[in-house]
Amino acid sequence: MSVIQVENIRKRFGSLEVLKGVSMSVEAGEVVALIGRSGSGKSTLLRCLNGLEMIDEGAIAIAGHRMSYNAAELRALRRDVGIVFQGYNLFPHLTAGENIMLAPVQVKRLSKSEARIEAQRCLDLVGLGDRFDSYPDMLSGGQQQRVAIARSLAMQPVVMLFDEVTSALDPELTEEVLAAIEDLAAQGMTMILVTHEMRFARRVADRTIYMRDGIIHEQGPSDSLFAEPQTSELRSFLKAELGQ
Amino acid sequence: MREFGNAEVLFIVFALQWTLTLTALAFFGGGIAGIAVALLRISRSRYIRLAVSGYIQVVQGTPLLVLMFLCYYAPSLFGIELNALFAAGIALTLNASAFLGAIWESALRAIPKAQWESAEALALPQSKVLRFVIAPQAVRIALPSTVGYLVQIVKETSLASIIGFVEITRAGQLVSNATFEPMKAYVCVALLYFLICFPLSRFSQWLETRSPGRTKGPSRG
Repeated sequence: MSVIQVENIRKRFGSLEVLKGVSMSVEAGEVVALIGRSGSGKSTLLRCLNGLEMIDEGAIAIAGHRMSYNAAELRALRRDVGIVFQGYNLFPHLTAGENIMLAPVQVKRLSKSEARIEAQRCLDLVGLGDRFDSYPDMLSGGQQQRVAIARSLAMQPVVMLFDEVTSALDPELTEEVLAAIEDLAAQGMTMILVTHEMRFARRVADRTIYMRDGIIHEQGPSDSLFAEPQTSELRSFLKAELGQ
Repeated sequence: MREFGNAEVLFIVFALQWTLTLTALAFFGGGIAGIAVALLRISRSRYIRLAVSGYIQVVQGTPLLVLMFLCYYAPSLFGIELNALFAAGIALTLNASAFLGAIWESALRAIPKAQWESAEALALPQSKVLRFVIAPQAVRIALPSTVGYLVQIVKETSLASIIGFVEITRAGQLVSNATFEPMKAYVCVALLYFLICFPLSRFSQWLETRSPGRTKGPSRG
């Protein structure tokens, strides 16, 4: 059964149509990479999946919820759909541990001590077990991004969305974040990654979707898509991205 | 005619309690109303934002002195006799609510949209996003200018003298009239304002220069 079902969605920003009829489905445990140039609509598609952007047409079902913009229903959906952003967006006035504990305590009504144990577990998962009391500005970009991943994981989501999570990072910091994502993939988490890391997409994603001008231009199992792109547009995109 | 002596100085110093009472009324009344103004200014409804913006413009565009007269005389149209403290308190509250509301609105707007988004993406309801994520950061940003504005309020209470409320300016005026020593009386009054305002100004400056610390989001790139 598919965990994510997207049916012919359209999204406009004013007169600019960013998504022009996108349909896709993602199975439980599947890892899907979304690639494409800036402005191709891949980040918008991802943001539509947890209701950060409202779709104009079409339908989305994700993690057992129908997309609805009713506040309570949207919150129920978001409990099951985690998202990590390019800019980390940690809460700067809270420590790493407090960042992670906030939603479990306030949304899932965990006690402080339960949430503390859960937060510690999630920090351990991303290799930052010893940074519980560090404020975000004391952490490197890569560490901040891993805390952001832990923060999402603490809600025990069914699906994780990653929006260009390494684009703001130096290459050496990128690796530690990608390793954390790869661990999650290995544990069977259903994930969609918007990414510019082509080699990572090929290695980790079961399937890769190439977006262009607001539609899915080409998609397939990552291995074959990267090895034998069918369309000339994807070929030239990959050539530019991989610098070959 | 009276001599300007210790009794006269004491009379002015005792009036300080009323200056401070008015300041407290204006700051707390204006603070509570100012929070409402700031929150309504970031409301999703365009009409609410416009209405509150209208309120801010009208209050900020009216001299406090005129506001003071209006608050003092308007209730009598309805046969209500308002005492001077109450009228001055309302005028100062209205005034402070518009200025503090504007300060706090800009502090709320200074928090990056990404902070709202990431908190909402964690399924936090709006009220909790505001309370646990946005407000604590906005408070740090707004604190220096809020304390700075407190200095303004202290001095603005002097306008209550015009409707006969005896705070230190009015006390100075009374002493001046009785002794024909306006310089001594008003220097005494000025000194008292300075003694309250100077530490507050320094405190505000200190808050300003203190490193903004953890109020900023992560830099990109």
